[in-house]
Amino acid sequence: MRIAVFSDVHGNLEAFRACLDQARARAVDRIVLLGDLVGYGADPAAVLDLAMEEVRRGAVALLGNHDEAAILDGPSRMNDMAAAAIAWTREQLTPAHRAFIAGLPLMIEDDGLLFVHADASAPSRWRYVTDAEAARHSMEATGAHTTVCGHVHKPALYGLGDTGKLTGFSPVVGAPIPLGRGRSWLAVAGAVGQPRDGDPSAAYLMIDTTPLQATWLRVPYDVATAARKITDAGLPAGLAERLFVGR
Amino acid sequence: MPARGIDGFTVAETLHEGGMAMLYRVTRHDDDPPMLMKVPRLGEGEDPAAIVSFEMEQMIMPRLTGVHVPRFIAMGGFEAHPYIVMERIQGSPLSALLREAPMPAEEVARLGAAIADALDDLHHQHVVHLDVKPANILFRETGEAVMVDYGLAHHEQMPDLMHEEFRLPYGTTPYMAPEQALGIRNDPRSDIFALGAVLYQYATADLPFGEPQHLRGVKHRLWRDPVPPRRRRPAIPPWLQEVILRCLEVKPDRRYPTAAQLAFDLRHPDQVVLTERAAKMRRDSYLSVLRRRLRPEGAEPRAFATARQLRSAPIVAVAIDFALHDEGLEGALREQVTRMLANRPGSRLACLNVLKTTLLAGDAKHDEQGRSRHVQRLVELRHWARPTGLDETRLTFHVLEAADVADAILDYARANRVNHLVLGARAASLSRRLLGSVSGKVAAEAPCNVTVVRVNRGG
Repeated sequence: MRIAVFSDVHGNLEAFRACLDQARARAVDRIVLLGDLVGYGADPAAVLDLAMEEVRRGAVALLGNHDEAAILDGPSRMNDMAAAAIAWTREQLTPAHRAFIAGLPLMIEDDGLLFVHADASAPSRWRYVTDAEAARHSMEATGAHTTVCGHVHKPALYGLGDTGKLTGFSPVVGAPIPLGRGRSWLAVAGAVGQPRDGDPSAAYLMIDTTPLQATWLRVPYDVATAARKITDAGLPAGLAERLFVGR
Repeated sequence: MPARGIDGFTVAETLHEGGMAMLYRVTRHDDDPPMLMKVPRLGEGEDPAAIVSFEMEQMIMPRLTGVHVPRFIAMGGFEAHPYIVMERIQGSPLSALLREAPMPAEEVARLGAAIADALDDLHHQHVVHLDVKPANILFRETGEAVMVDYGLAHHEQMPDLMHEEFRLPYGTTPYMAPEQALGIRNDPRSDIFALGAVLYQYATADLPFGEPQHLRGVKHRLWRDPVPPRRRRPAIPPWLQEVILRCLEVKPDRRYPTAAQLAFDLRHPDQVVLTERAAKMRRDSYLSVLRRRLRPEGAEPRAFATARQLRSAPIVAVAIDFALHDEGLEGALREQVTRMLANRPGSRLACLNVLKTTLLAGDAKHDEQGRSRHVQRLVELRHWARPTGLDETRLTFHVLEAADVADAILDYARANRVNHLVLGARAASLSRRLLGSVSGKVAAEAPCNVTVVRVNRGG
């Protein structure tokens, strides 16, 4: 089975569509939406509509911290730009969107594969898996052979073997990495809608299950349109500018 | 011994008991090639590196293709019986020829070029082998070298579990490159060093650095140079000593930049530029060894060094047709290759000219004045190359005698692992219409990049 994992779409419809198109062209069997469909970007409603359509067709969707913040009332515990975007996003959502988000699970495990938006040891606390120790913490908390998370916006792969040594690796675009049974793995998908690793193209993760392997992919998309919509919506200019540089 | 049947494979006899793994002959279907099963030693008290290196091999082997690796057939995970089933190479390992050392220079060069071809192929597949030694080099019945055992190898597009888990270097001490002893695992030139040690061994019947039992002993080669091969065996020609000692340079930058370039020199001994390495008859003085010991020459680890190293040092071949008497085109070719080689100090240029032979060639070898056409063409090639200003160590000259010009150029490119071919397009002419275009055929069939140079006249 071939699974496409889309994380951190963040209301970027152009990037989301580009990734979906590419994944379909690569004969994907299943789609996992790894959380943070909204926030930052100018198309939260359209992205949610597309996500709900995908879920009707069999996709699996998970909750992210921005999704959660978008349906809560009161101030969010976020930085200024994110908080401004969330406040704006709340106004764009319909009751149907809110109901969809409210029904999203924090974590899904299927046949040794565990999907979660952030650190799996306490998924509702939204801790970032940014380094080897955070990865170890997440991996040791679950018995999953392979954990797939997002939230960080930078692709990474961690492996934990019987000797207790943890290996970290920066995946090479398009080069499949076998996830052997000899150790457990934690794969950090990059961000579809707001990459922060210096490459502005949309990032997603393809997982093949037999044999188990992970391939990080990048898709060029119409950054200018996504950025212009952010500016037109009156959202902070920084949210538009960062899309051009992937930071 | 594993159970007799695993995942459809029937286990026959034990082929080899290694320190880290066992090899068994296995069978499955009648139409399978000869196969072996590799099973790691996972018992109590076994080296934990055996497990990790087997994991690495399970990651790397399925990704490798081509004649220079055993074909991967199947593998089993760690839940039940970990194993890899692969093609069993019918030929014998290089180690079986050890009793024939010292070998004649031509034989060492022939074997060495075949091994360098295999290493170049691996390096292009993003792999540094890191355990090049006679027992890991096999030869197919068709002559190609096959590298086996990827347990210590580094794949630059995959996590390096050996490095992350152990940090301390693994390898085989007599052949290990000095930077490998310092923990660097992604430089393809480490394999070139190890091959240099192998060539030394087969040319002299001695190991260049003995057989140190510990890593500390391996580090000696950071400052202590080997006894020059010609001192051990005076019959070794200077060109072979030049090649071997260049492979064994402490600093990777002073070695051959690519295995393809090493193969090239081993196939063209007459074109090897001799330096002081070739003339060296004794080891360096104690004073210079002491100086090096106090300030050892290391190498800094670099990210994605494998691919970058290959790209930095292409073999470019340019074919020049003097019969056209077209100075404009000759100049344009020169300008093209000069641009291509600029800023790539590791690159080299092979200058080709094809001397057409015909079946009726009674007088083909000499012209009217009795001069050798072959020699005359070489003189012209050198004359053509002089304005490039390239150092002689980066230039070689080849007059190919063949009936078909395009075939000769294509054969040359294939045999010498040329990365980029440059040739001129003939102006439209009657012969081109009748005979077809050489550049067109080369461009269509070449195993590498091709640049066709045209001179834009008038208009």
